[in-house]
Amino acid sequence: MSAHASDSPAPAILAEVRPVVLPRRVLVENHRDFHWITEKICGIVEGKTPAWWWWCFGLAAVVASFTVSGLVYLVSTGVGVWGHANPVNWAWDIVNFVFWIGIGHAGTLISAILCLLRQKWRTSINRAAEAMTIFAVVCAAIFPVFHVGRIWFAVMPGWLFPFPNANGIWQNFRSPLEWDVFAVSTYGTVSVLFWYIGLIPDLGTMRDRFTQTGNLLRARIYGFFAMGWRGSNRQWSNYEMAYLILAGISTPLVLSVHTIVSFDFAVSLIPGWHTTIFPPYFVAGAIFSGFGMVLTLMLPLRAVYRLEDLITQYHIDCMCKITLATGTMVGYAYSMEFFIAWYGANPYEGFAFINRAFGHYAWAYWIMIGCNVITPQFFWFRSVRENTTLVWILSIFVNVGMWFERFVIIVTSLARDFLPSSWGYYSPSIVEIFTFFGTFGVFSFLFLLFIRFVPIMPMSEVKAVIPAADPHGSSPH
Amino acid sequence: MNQTYGLIAAFDTTPDLYHACAKVRDAGYSQWDALTPFPIHGLDAAMGVRRSKVPRFSLAGGITGFCTGMSLIFWAGAYEYPLIVGGKPYFSPMFAFPISYELTILFTAFATIGGMFFLNQLPMHYHPVMKAPQFVRALDDRFYIVIEANDPKFNATATRELLARAGGKDIAEVEA
Repeated sequence: MSAHASDSPAPAILAEVRPVVLPRRVLVENHRDFHWITEKICGIVEGKTPAWWWWCFGLAAVVASFTVSGLVYLVSTGVGVWGHANPVNWAWDIVNFVFWIGIGHAGTLISAILCLLRQKWRTSINRAAEAMTIFAVVCAAIFPVFHVGRIWFAVMPGWLFPFPNANGIWQNFRSPLEWDVFAVSTYGTVSVLFWYIGLIPDLGTMRDRFTQTGNLLRARIYGFFAMGWRGSNRQWSNYEMAYLILAGISTPLVLSVHTIVSFDFAVSLIPGWHTTIFPPYFVAGAIFSGFGMVLTLMLPLRAVYRLEDLITQYHIDCMCKITLATGTMVGYAYSMEFFIAWYGANPYEGFAFINRAFGHYAWAYWIMIGCNVITPQFFWFRSVRENTTLVWILSIFVNVGMWFERFVIIVTSLARDFLPSSWGYYSPSIVEIFTFFGTFGVFSFLFLLFIRFVPIMPMSEVKAVIPAADPHGSSPH
Repeated sequence: MNQTYGLIAAFDTTPDLYHACAKVRDAGYSQWDALTPFPIHGLDAAMGVRRSKVPRFSLAGGITGFCTGMSLIFWAGAYEYPLIVGGKPYFSPMFAFPISYELTILFTAFATIGGMFFLNQLPMHYHPVMKAPQFVRALDDRFYIVIEANDPKFNATATRELLARAGGKDIAEVEA
């Protein structure tokens, strides 16, 4: 890698123009040192399991059982237990799929895009955000896999993955749904790999600490996954390059995944779906919803584990501002859809949008507008951003709003398509509602296991952003 | 008596390590390394480590992925079982693009990670420096330089003096 900018002497012009030194926000408060960071993060995993963890884990398991029972009932009975019927043959599964996949996107944004943009504040939240991505992809995958009813078809040749079926016929590679299979499975795989690569140095730290305290079983387990990492600079050199490349490829990946998800709709001819604005609009919405979820998860974590020195007010400010920016982009997309529906002069398109805002599903539309367009505007105010409880409550609204966005887009367009005689009104069945409700349990179950067994922050990256990590002392550059 | 793997010296701060690395580099050693709990900016230059070769693996992986996607879809759709769907052509790079794009990324990721493991010789669950009692702090809060005994310039007394002059503390031998 090229030498750091500060290796070369400062240009002579600086003495003449004397630029103002901008103060940099500290990323770790109270002048914490390297050892404090190790103790703090490892202490969470090494310490005794707190009582609240067991309570939450039990609750998450109970909630997750709703999904399990719903899916067992679905597979044993048939897809009729879901409320889909003409003309809305496709709603609950795809709404929840898009919702969960979208949530995952903030994790990749934090780990990849902010890494490329050298936003150092990402370090203390990226591990948890990437874990969120992986668990969100797990929750998302449940729906397309199970909506076929006979789930064994999902893994049989000829259906999803590129093998011919019993008649020798291949998948339709022209279909966005087949593109989706590749996009989502690539996304899941690369997210797991990226997360794991980031974990290796920290697992090495855990291995050495368990070895020292004599807990050889855990030292073996962490050591196995640490791959024998020893922090040698010749290794770091390759590691950093690999990490940078993974960040570089994850950036187009995350943009392409939600673009392809939006193709599921945009490539069809249904009014309200057949629009070119979908890819950027879906990506902005995904990042918006993902940051909502990151705030929902990180703020309680910060309070419970007293991580205020590592997740500072500056971090919360940054996350709120990204939520504000993407939320405003989503609001712009809503208004632009309306404008194009009018300007395009297509009567079906015009009807679809009037119907969205004032038809049978107007309640859902206005929940969506309220949560996605109005909620983030509160983040303009510093007093709101500094009120952690309020930020957390607003982040819940963001999650709710983005679920309704997918519901509105999918259901309103299908319920009122070209043929008035087949118009209908879709309501989810109780099985659908419980299955979706349970996925929050599945997600929490996995996330709780994560915070119990894996260092929740990348120690090696957090250490690298404190002033003591600079090999040139604390001189500004 | 056990053979010696090399000499290990500890440093308390990153600037100390940085300047010591430059001194060891200038002394002409080649078989040596720095152990740090996190990547330090500019240390590659201070150690004289060349730019990583991981990108070559990534490029090869990416090209393989893209070609796999395009050729799979061409072969399946236009050769193995040509089937007209919606009046569209048997093969077009347009509709084959999204899948090829995803496979480019997937194969690049595999190649990058595989290349990184290969170049770093991982997994390697045993290494002499891990046996050193000092090692527990290498991934925590201390910085080390290890000079191997099989370095052509290695000399037990001269190397120890060099490390001491560079500011190294707790200089000790590492058993092979």
